[in-house]
Amino acid sequence: MEWLAAITTGGLAGLGLWMLLDRNLKRVVLGVAVLGNAINLGVLTAGRFIGERAAFVEAGNSTSAANPLPQALVLTAIVIGFSLFVFALALLKRTRELHGDKTTDSVSAITEQPAPDWHAGEHEADGTGVEARR
Amino acid sequence: MNQLLLVAPVLIPLSSLVLALLLRNHLGLVRALSLGGTVLLLAAGIKLVWLAAGGTVLAGQVGGWQAPFGISLVIDRLSAVMIAISALIGLVTLLYGVVRDSDTRIGRDFHLFVQGLLTGIGGAFITADIFNLYVWFEVLLIASFALMALGGGKRRLAGSMTYVALNLFATLIFLLSAGLVYGASGTLNMGELAVIMRSGEAAPGVTPALLLMLLSFAIKAALFPVFGWLPATYHVALTAVSAMFAGLLTKVGVYALIRLVTLLWPDYGLPHQLLLWVACATMLVGVLGAAAQTEVRRILSFHIVSQVGYMVLGLALATPLALAGAVFYLIHHIVVKANLFFIGGVAARICGSERLADMGGLYGRLPWLALLFAIPALSLAGIPPLSGFWAKFLLVKASLDAAAWWAAGIALLTGVFTLLSMNKIWNEAFLKAHPEGERALQPVKNMRAAWLGMGGLALLTVLIGLGAGPLIDYAIAAAEQLGNPQGYLQPFAPAGGT
Repeated sequence: MEWLAAITTGGLAGLGLWMLLDRNLKRVVLGVAVLGNAINLGVLTAGRFIGERAAFVEAGNSTSAANPLPQALVLTAIVIGFSLFVFALALLKRTRELHGDKTTDSVSAITEQPAPDWHAGEHEADGTGVEARR
Repeated sequence: MNQLLLVAPVLIPLSSLVLALLLRNHLGLVRALSLGGTVLLLAAGIKLVWLAAGGTVLAGQVGGWQAPFGISLVIDRLSAVMIAISALIGLVTLLYGVVRDSDTRIGRDFHLFVQGLLTGIGGAFITADIFNLYVWFEVLLIASFALMALGGGKRRLAGSMTYVALNLFATLIFLLSAGLVYGASGTLNMGELAVIMRSGEAAPGVTPALLLMLLSFAIKAALFPVFGWLPATYHVALTAVSAMFAGLLTKVGVYALIRLVTLLWPDYGLPHQLLLWVACATMLVGVLGAAAQTEVRRILSFHIVSQVGYMVLGLALATPLALAGAVFYLIHHIVVKANLFFIGGVAARICGSERLADMGGLYGRLPWLALLFAIPALSLAGIPPLSGFWAKFLLVKASLDAAAWWAAGIALLTGVFTLLSMNKIWNEAFLKAHPEGERALQPVKNMRAAWLGMGGLALLTVLIGLGAGPLIDYAIAAAEQLGNPQGYLQPFAPAGGT
């Protein structure tokens, strides 16, 4: 089983990395999710996930139970990863609404624009000020 | 009492966060909770430093589970001072942000996320467990994502997108390496891992996994060649936010590097050689990058990169004096760098822009602001008798003692370039007349709290400079503790031994 999980991890991680390098922001965010899942699987496999039964130890028979620690780690990681993924999606949605265009290049270009002017009494300038004044 | 103090760095900001969340409809209460909580955190931090200075190492096991099964917490001298200084920067950030939090939505969120960020930072400083460190990194990361995007707008969201993608990637690497370390060594407790590494009987898979972990910390700390995300994003956030990030976030990465490298490789070895090259490249590239910039916060962002190089230089040399220099540099740098961002923000608000070409005339109008800028700026460049001089002095002396001549040379050269950069801001923003005449300068109002905070930090810079002795002693003692980390190793000492 371990070799199957290892190959899957490698394949998924490769796919995730490839998507991360894409020009389309949507694919970058999805790439983070795929890579995250690949790494979760990798952590589970690397953590000596052996044993054929659930991680409940009965008196006198503890040999075949699975190692519970990697499961706990991965559960934590899944929860965290999911929340971060949702945040990234929300950010992506808002970016798309504001920019229309959604490639990594345009995002970098906008970040690299010269700093906008500040106006007294307003929120810190941000180029458009669309959202700040809402 | 001590057990309570041990968890205070997490408990205090977390409880103010939860309470503020419950009372989120009352801005006044949220503000009071957030400010009060941070003051309390600062008090706890000072108490911890006091205890640590006396040689006490607080250590405990969460929930009474014995290490390595439970999560260990340890606060030694380095952790204690980092907690205190983070609380201080958090407090000044809030004082600076209070002006703007009259806008209910942004103001409330600002307080909530700052508390969240402080929770994550506090947790990262007290934990002695690698996976727990990962969790705290995620806590501070999600808070920093939200803070980065706070205020909204095209430019800020674009910057947040970059920031989120690259930081997520770094934490994924961290998670992977944590899993691999566990798989290869069977433990996630830093102390037990240190025992395994020091015994020289570590399984062959442990070292590569740990090097991968160092890479993820290097991304967090913005070391060469993986620093690109920092100067690309820090200038888009609100001023208060970018100042807090500048002071604290990369330094959590540096702290993690110092902690792991001193624990796991007590003797000079491969990681130190790697880090030495990286440190020199980071110092130079950062400062040269700053030379090409023409906006206040972009210049300062590149300087964060170059300054992180100094701290890592101290870590890489691995002599007690060099480590003491790194600790001293860490403390000095957090105070100075955050303050420069705050002052830069005020200057930009008065001038109506943070583009140097459109700034000017500040020296004539506000000589006090000019003085306030000069103190941290000169300290950053390492001019005596300010704090930066002692920090650089310790590191350069340590490099010369270790016969790393070229490292000392690069450190000094970087100092010269830093001075040039600060000089550029000084000439353009303060000395030169404003391109649109004196009238273009806008008055700033309701900034009393911010002035208090910035003045306090500047005063601290001067005090550290004039009375460097006690702090240097503390840093040397902290370095000794890093060389002999009994708080981490003690639970794993052979029975009967000490």
